[in-house]
Amino acid sequence: MIPFVIDGQPVEGKEGSNVLQVALDAGIEIPNLCYNESVKPYGACRLCLVEVVSRGRSRMTASCTYPVQPDIEVHTKTEKVLRARRMMIELILAMCPGDKRIQEMAKEMGVQEVRFKKEDKDCILCGLCARVCDEVVGAHAIQFASRGDKRDMTPPFGGEATSCIACGACVVVCPVDVIRMEDKVDERTILRWKRTIKMKKCKVCGNFFAPWFQVEKFREKANLSKDFFDVCYTCRS
Amino acid sequence: MERISSPQALDQYRSEIIQKRDPDQPCITVCTGTGCHASGCHQVVEAFKKVLSDHPEGRRVNLRMTGCHGFCEKGPLVVLHPNKILYQKVKPENCQEIFEETILKGKIIESLLYAHPATGQKITHEDDVPFYKRQMRIIFGNNGSIDPTSIDDYIAVGGYRALPKALLTMSPEAIIQEVKEANLRGRGGGGFPAGVKWESCRKAHGETKYVICNADEGDPGAYMDRSLLEGNPHSVLEGMIIGAYGIGAHEGYVYVRNEYPLAVINIGIAIQQARERGLLGKDILGSGFDFDVRISRGGGAFVCGESSALVASVAGDVGEPRAKHIHLVESGLRDRPTNLNNVETWANVPVIILNGAKWYARIGTEGSKGTKIFSLVGKVNNTGLVEVPMGITLREIVYDIGGGIPGRKRFKAVQTGGPSGGCIPESLIDLPVDFDRLTEAGSMMGSGGMIVMDESTCMVDVAKYFMNFLKDESCGKCTSCREGTKRMHEILTDISEGRGTIDQINLLEELGWATAEASLCQLGGTAPNPVLSTLRYFRNEYEEHILNKRCSAKVCRSLLKYRVLSEVCKMCGACAKACPSEAISGKRKTKKVEGIPFTIDSEKCIRCGMCFESCKFDAIEVQ
Repeated sequence: MIPFVIDGQPVEGKEGSNVLQVALDAGIEIPNLCYNESVKPYGACRLCLVEVVSRGRSRMTASCTYPVQPDIEVHTKTEKVLRARRMMIELILAMCPGDKRIQEMAKEMGVQEVRFKKEDKDCILCGLCARVCDEVVGAHAIQFASRGDKRDMTPPFGGEATSCIACGACVVVCPVDVIRMEDKVDERTILRWKRTIKMKKCKVCGNFFAPWFQVEKFREKANLSKDFFDVCYTCRS
Repeated sequence: MERISSPQALDQYRSEIIQKRDPDQPCITVCTGTGCHASGCHQVVEAFKKVLSDHPEGRRVNLRMTGCHGFCEKGPLVVLHPNKILYQKVKPENCQEIFEETILKGKIIESLLYAHPATGQKITHEDDVPFYKRQMRIIFGNNGSIDPTSIDDYIAVGGYRALPKALLTMSPEAIIQEVKEANLRGRGGGGFPAGVKWESCRKAHGETKYVICNADEGDPGAYMDRSLLEGNPHSVLEGMIIGAYGIGAHEGYVYVRNEYPLAVINIGIAIQQARERGLLGKDILGSGFDFDVRISRGGGAFVCGESSALVASVAGDVGEPRAKHIHLVESGLRDRPTNLNNVETWANVPVIILNGAKWYARIGTEGSKGTKIFSLVGKVNNTGLVEVPMGITLREIVYDIGGGIPGRKRFKAVQTGGPSGGCIPESLIDLPVDFDRLTEAGSMMGSGGMIVMDESTCMVDVAKYFMNFLKDESCGKCTSCREGTKRMHEILTDISEGRGTIDQINLLEELGWATAEASLCQLGGTAPNPVLSTLRYFRNEYEEHILNKRCSAKVCRSLLKYRVLSEVCKMCGACAKACPSEAISGKRKTKKVEGIPFTIDSEKCIRCGMCFESCKFDAIEVQ
């Protein structure tokens, strides 16, 4: 364990861990949107900014991508940090003014008004959906397209996400809840990725329990007996 | 082709090449660099080929296509060796005369000589042209005399002399020490000491290490790395081999954007030739050191010049930067220690090794040693590539080398450092140019773009231009850079179109600060510089746009007002005819008809300036 200090409080982090995770574990609040412990830190939203003093030098950086190091001093609530975070949330709110979570975060951080022209986007481009799809699921169904202000999260060529297994991981991780999933008896649709997949029927109870492709993917990965996934979770236990 | 397997064999080979060549043989060198290419050098080359093949004496003359000489403004450039007679703006139809008069009879063709812009005096020899005279061309100098596709040309002018010295008489540590003592700082923009970087990479754990040459130059108006790679690729390779030996790397990459086709071709040829001669590959010159280089072609994204994005791109991933709390020298390409330097930095290495750090460190200033190549462009008489010692003042570059501002206009500012740099005003024209002074002035060295601006340049428009570039070229990964550049551009557009408010100036400053502080990589970290530096030195222009709805430089179209001066108007009707939006009314005066002076309906006027262009009597006023 590597000892260091956050806001004067001594903390410890595992080697290879990041400052944000250690802070959150220690009950120190740092706002964040693009961080999820199940995937690698990415550093996109810039809300988790902190000041890190290392070898006498202070710099502002995202805490999610900052690896824990001995003898660093982290400051999470300096005027400089709060000022920069306020600008970040104001920029995000200007992108997605209709989003409830962003509105609440902005309010909490003291942003009263948006001084930029309001857009009507819903996605904040944090990339969590694609990262979960790549790193956890392994389906690589969606990815960022274009760059700069044209950046967009999209299935290949904007069409149907043909590698999507409709597992719904992206639906779960999306911090602004804009990826919707619809289950209709024997099929599931991930609306945003234009993907519909038939559900598999449990051999025992006859209920539809998971999308076909997801079951196949799990079968490949899990190294269990061939018929393990023919039965639903409830009937298995 | 024969492999050269020892330093002695290399010396032997060099003397054979030199012996075969007659130093007094007439040689026509035609610049085929980027600038001259655009002004038609290839037609000139073809014309010379024809002239030489048609004439019995033609066989006696050597014709050589070289890389960029630097004096692009006056291209196509032809230099006649051995006397180094410079002919400028040569056309294919001049070639016959050049051959018959100058080469055969030794007569100078006055009309093709360069005339001093101030005195009108004609200058015959290349070295006497003030543009070249004030430069110090230790890196770029050979560009004009060698054929970049010939390794023999490079060897003949003393190329690959540093290599045996490094590989066989120096230890890797000694090489790093030499580069550290020379205080060679990275020419790509950051200015980080190359020797320190090499040392960290050498000390980093791991068997496999990489060296990479960053040739992803993408600043608007900058083309020095391109011209080096096109004109003298072996000097870059030689630097890379020496660096790799110092660091302990056996694999290298040249990351070059595919939009530089000639650079891709020439470095490819150079690598091939070096391999055939045994200067790349196994056991180079019998030293036991193995090293090879491959080319990685980039898709032309500005962000791929950023080191971590570049490394991702070389590995075949999307060119997006990552947080670099663990440096590339420890974990870079394929998570191995990776040393990245820019084209010009690599090209400096053989010069340092050959002449020694002490010699090198005598050039330049306290903190910045050696020379720097700048691409001098914009509102300046002699546009082109210039190599100057660090510490030279902006005034010397703009006036002595650049020949001043065309059209008797007033100098306003110099933009240095590309989109990440800033604008330096007239009050700082005596600023010595080096890494630290430029940074203090709110700009940066960058890779060496230098755009000269005169009074007809609007600084709000300049900031808007760069922000437009950056909002497109930001990779879009982090909020601060993607949204920050977009919003700064939006505000600048508002100001330039007359919708700006004074509060927006404060917002620009606040947003600029946050973008610089919060961004993940240095693209975002320096992106606000064009805005912040113009605000620092030209705030009055912003205020003028906002408060008076006026653009003094007459650039921001929405703020312009066109008016017909009725007392000057001859009622010819040319303006009304030229106007595409039928905004001008009046009655044309003829012998029979009494005319009515023309007027412009500002509601209908689209401010295209056609009326202004069409009026022969200067009766259209622009405000």
